[in-house]
Amino acid sequence: MSLITRRNALIGGAGLVLAGCDKITTSPTVQNVLSLGQKANLTAQRLVQDRNALAPEFTRADLSPRFRENGTRRPGGDDYNAMVANNFADWQLAVEGMVARPFKLSLAQLRGAPARTQITRHDCVEGWSAIGEWTGVPLGLLLRRAGLSSNARYIVFHCADQLLGAQYYESIDLVDAFHPQTILAHTMNGQALSVGHGAPIRLRVERQLGYKQAKYVMRVEAVASLDGIYGGKGGLWEDHSGYQWYAGI
Amino acid sequence: MRVDTEPDAIARPLIYRTKLPVRIWHWINALSIFVMLMSGMMIFNAHPRLYWGKFGANFDQPWLVIGNHAQAGFLRVGGVEIPTTGFLGYAMDTARAFPPLVTIPTGYNLSAARDWHFFFAWVLVLSAIAFLLYALFSGHLRRDLALQRNERKLAHLWHDVKQHARLRFPKGEAARAYNPLQKIAYLGVIFVLIPLVVLTGMTMSPSLNAAMPWLLDVFGGRQSARSIHFLCAFGFAAFIAVHLLMVVLAGPINELRSMITGWYRLPAERAVTEDKP
Repeated sequence: MSLITRRNALIGGAGLVLAGCDKITTSPTVQNVLSLGQKANLTAQRLVQDRNALAPEFTRADLSPRFRENGTRRPGGDDYNAMVANNFADWQLAVEGMVARPFKLSLAQLRGAPARTQITRHDCVEGWSAIGEWTGVPLGLLLRRAGLSSNARYIVFHCADQLLGAQYYESIDLVDAFHPQTILAHTMNGQALSVGHGAPIRLRVERQLGYKQAKYVMRVEAVASLDGIYGGKGGLWEDHSGYQWYAGI
Repeated sequence: MRVDTEPDAIARPLIYRTKLPVRIWHWINALSIFVMLMSGMMIFNAHPRLYWGKFGANFDQPWLVIGNHAQAGFLRVGGVEIPTTGFLGYAMDTARAFPPLVTIPTGYNLSAARDWHFFFAWVLVLSAIAFLLYALFSGHLRRDLALQRNERKLAHLWHDVKQHARLRFPKGEAARAYNPLQKIAYLGVIFVLIPLVVLTGMTMSPSLNAAMPWLLDVFGGRQSARSIHFLCAFGFAAFIAVHLLMVVLAGPINELRSMITGWYRLPAERAVTEDKP
């Protein structure tokens, strides 16, 4: 009997401690102070790193036997299903926003464009890693062709899929946008990009974590500020779950 | 004039043993390591599997898994599965590797845990650098922490191990200085665990991999670094357990006072008759 009472007291006490802890962790002031750590990560990493320093590249012998699909595995909606049904023959990638010459490219045109192939490691924020081979058009090439405005600061990637009831999107700054390994990949491990991995194209921004590697990219938009775009924090996970916009660690 | 009313005040004088910078670093470090362990356990809960090598995900072979079969928690290391219900894998009615009681935040929240982890990572690194500079230039390292010539002999260390096993700690004048095992434990934390945990943490950063690719070679790939990072965390937990046990055995009030005010009362010399029944 006394054992049960003590047990209950322990559980009750633990509950109080937990409630107290959660009060601290959910306080906006605490969250603002804590986020300084990750802001310092961006400053420090940009400081020690050459802006064109390459993410490590691997060989085919290093490829993950099975590359895990993550996030959306198949976007819903009739529009996307129709695109899959005709192999994205009518799909076009729009490059627009703060550019002098907005344009659209078909998948065939993207496949015919100059490409970079890289075997890189994909690191999920959860902790796992997978190595894959990606082929795609360097983003910098597209932005130069479009004539990026000198007032543009960020590149936003609008996607076809929805997660957590919202449209998926991501954004990067111009350092990463013009990085030589930043590509819009149409091919993975020598095959056309599958639906599970983001067909028809996905972003590869190799010095950041997995949630920045937007899948199902439909539209590339150059902007001066992230304010007013969806939730304003630069990405779906940033808006909805408080993940940091800069995902270099 | 100060009047010490304790009868054995002469045999057990109060000495000023722990200088202010050491005390400040101790408590900053204690806080940051606790927060990092607890937020680190929440981060681990996001993918409670460890691998060796460059990559590792759900379809690859882990060397350590903390998981659950329905309401039964387990820890699997290599091929051995140990039931851990109530501690790991399944506890407090929650199917998580580490239970809510020991994680920051208590519920599943990876982004918040990462904010806590990286903020206190900066606190840990900056305060460790400041402490190291102080220890080097004040003589704390050479005088108090480094093993003296006679302490480096194996026979001496073995004697110290046996004394510890019998829970016989230095008394009287011998208690002025740290004993050799104590020094080794502190040096291990300062020069092995902290640098290793910071470097393996940096190795997990895809951005720092581009800036310092040699880190990946040193640790054998990102997933190996993640495993070593976890083992370091285990090392910190083991150090804290032994450290707290020693504080309790050596006299918690006296030890706590010396780490708060700096003043430490030397334990009385062991009476010759003490060993005899």
